[in-house]
Amino acid sequence: MDPVYLDNNATTRTDPRVVETMLPFFTEQFGNASSMHAFGAQVGDALGKARKQLQALLGAEFDHEIVYTSGGTEADNAAILSALETQVGRDEIITSAVEHPAVLSLLAHLEKIGRAKVHIIGVDSMGRLDMEAFSEALSPATAIVSIMWANNETGTIFPVEQLAGLAHRVGALFHTDAVQAVGKLPIDLSSSQIDMLSLSGHKLHGPKGIGALYVRKGVRFRPLIRGGHQERGRRAGTENVPGIIGLGKAAELALEYMAEEQTRVAALRDRLEKGLLQRIGNSFVTGDPSSRLPNTSNVAFEYIEGEAILLLMNREGIAASSGSACTSGSLEPSHVLRAMNVPYTAAHGAIRFSFSRENTDTDVDRVIEAMPPIIERLREMSPFWRERDKQAAGFNPTYA
Amino acid sequence: MWEYSEKVKDYFFNPKNSGVLEGADGVGDVGAISCGDALRLMIKVDEPTQTITDARFQTFGCGSAIASSSALTEIIIGKTIDEALRISNQDIADFLGGLPPEKMHCSVMGYEALQAAVANYRGETWVDDHEEGALICKCFGIDEAMIERTVRSNGLTKVEEITNFTKAGGGCSTCAEGIEGVLERVNAEMVAEGVLAPEMAFNPQAYVRPVKEKKVVPLETVLAAAPQPEPEVRPEPAPSPAAMTTLQKIRLIEETIEQIRPSLQRDGGDCELIDVDGNRVMVRLTGACVGCHLSSATIEGVQARLVEAVGVPLLVVPATPMH
Repeated sequence: MDPVYLDNNATTRTDPRVVETMLPFFTEQFGNASSMHAFGAQVGDALGKARKQLQALLGAEFDHEIVYTSGGTEADNAAILSALETQVGRDEIITSAVEHPAVLSLLAHLEKIGRAKVHIIGVDSMGRLDMEAFSEALSPATAIVSIMWANNETGTIFPVEQLAGLAHRVGALFHTDAVQAVGKLPIDLSSSQIDMLSLSGHKLHGPKGIGALYVRKGVRFRPLIRGGHQERGRRAGTENVPGIIGLGKAAELALEYMAEEQTRVAALRDRLEKGLLQRIGNSFVTGDPSSRLPNTSNVAFEYIEGEAILLLMNREGIAASSGSACTSGSLEPSHVLRAMNVPYTAAHGAIRFSFSRENTDTDVDRVIEAMPPIIERLREMSPFWRERDKQAAGFNPTYA
Repeated sequence: MWEYSEKVKDYFFNPKNSGVLEGADGVGDVGAISCGDALRLMIKVDEPTQTITDARFQTFGCGSAIASSSALTEIIIGKTIDEALRISNQDIADFLGGLPPEKMHCSVMGYEALQAAVANYRGETWVDDHEEGALICKCFGIDEAMIERTVRSNGLTKVEEITNFTKAGGGCSTCAEGIEGVLERVNAEMVAEGVLAPEMAFNPQAYVRPVKEKKVVPLETVLAAAPQPEPEVRPEPAPSPAAMTTLQKIRLIEETIEQIRPSLQRDGGDCELIDVDGNRVMVRLTGACVGCHLSSATIEGVQARLVEAVGVPLLVVPATPMH
């Protein structure tokens, strides 16, 4: 039986058309774009085309607003560190409690070395930002606000446009980690107030090891990596040519499939959720159902632990992921679910199903069939299951 | 994905003795749903012989938690209470063919559940000695409070000392930064309280994290405490390699291994000669050596000793796969 891959927020399959586009740049067209000969010129042209393709997906006004990086993490680091340098006299950073570690770990470090004061804004039980706390944290000392476009674990979408406007009122820059949003949501940066945006190739059927930071024209920028003149001096190092070409093709395809992502993929996701919740009691969807990525579903199964669920799913050929402590090697369950105050009874058993355009109705049927016995089996083994009435007293999720 | 041994997978996918044990004589509950793992161990004890006749478990937790629980029941059934209490968490891990370092706490949970179940059977209450605090070293389950306590009561100022006293940082060593942080904070507090001279305190700027060296324990060190055979009772001095027959060589190897064994036995281990093939000497480490992460060092020690005794280059290889 074919495996069912529902872990597309972790990474996607590189689209074969992307691979095909990249291959010549490993073989015939191996030149260095900086070289003064035909080998280089050929590559330079291809890079220019790829940049236009990504520009189109982002709806950016200028193609030189794109700075290629090694991925989303580097883009996040570059954006935040640049802002601290260019926003002279400002040393405060505002972020959310549910950011990716690419942002949170960096900020924890900056705070530890005394480089910045960090305000971490909490979220409600659906993962929505505490707007009041956000507004209060803004001040003339704020150098940059970094809030993700959409959460990787729950899919909850943040009102980035509104947040950018608020940030600008106090003269702060606004950065968004849009790694999960790019390719899944329509984006038009030319009509946006967002100053910087991070994206990653492998989340949209592009290759791994390539990403980009969008830097709005006019926003002062200091490079993270210094050296050669590549990327207009904003990111030194010989271009990852095949990666950039692949990301361009992936962006073109993402634009082509954007409508399908919103309709067919979302419908698959909804059908899976409905099927699971109907068949499996003591389970509920986390996140904000009214404002979510079309491909993401995070279902919490109470009284069992995520890694055990994943191992049994894997045996059935189903790949998903879990915010469970045991899969990450830490002892705390997902910081996202903890920030949302998802009860411990459920936080450890949350499974994230993330779809892509490559998933089918058959995939959904397979998962709906496979999950109930897996959940039942582990619950039978759990010391909490039979005593759940005692455990669950006072807990009644209202948005199941 | 974790690298689980085949045995861990087998005990997770086909757990033995899971479920409720009706009329259990002792029940041990450890862990909590908030921690991400919890285990209830139920045992039946034959009163006159003090033998555990049946054991079952219920576990909330990851794959290795379930496998460790099931392994524990298999290990203790048929054992007397006293025998069972001598089982360590390492025994549980060994039974499963090893656990990833980050998952060793699953075996600790099994060990604790057993202590709790026996205490319950005896009408006592088992109190775990965990302090609430952030777990720093996941390999050995050492939390911040324990490191702080150890630093304070022993006046520690070096990361290596913490590893020696608590084991923290002695496994995968990913927590080195965390240990440094605790040490820096506690030492600073001790300086402020006037119980530590400022120049003694841990100074992260001056600190160079030691490069993890390949740990070769010279057998001489291991043997130091053991009664050494007097030189005069040693066998004939090794004949020169050229003059030695294969039979002589094997005898010499046998005799040397016989000399080594008592020191290994003192640590609960043992070593037996399986075969000699040219210059390859196959030995089997048994007992406590099995699964001991120092077993490769032991093998090297045996090799050094053999080469010295026989006077020709020899390659000592374990007859069973090592960890």
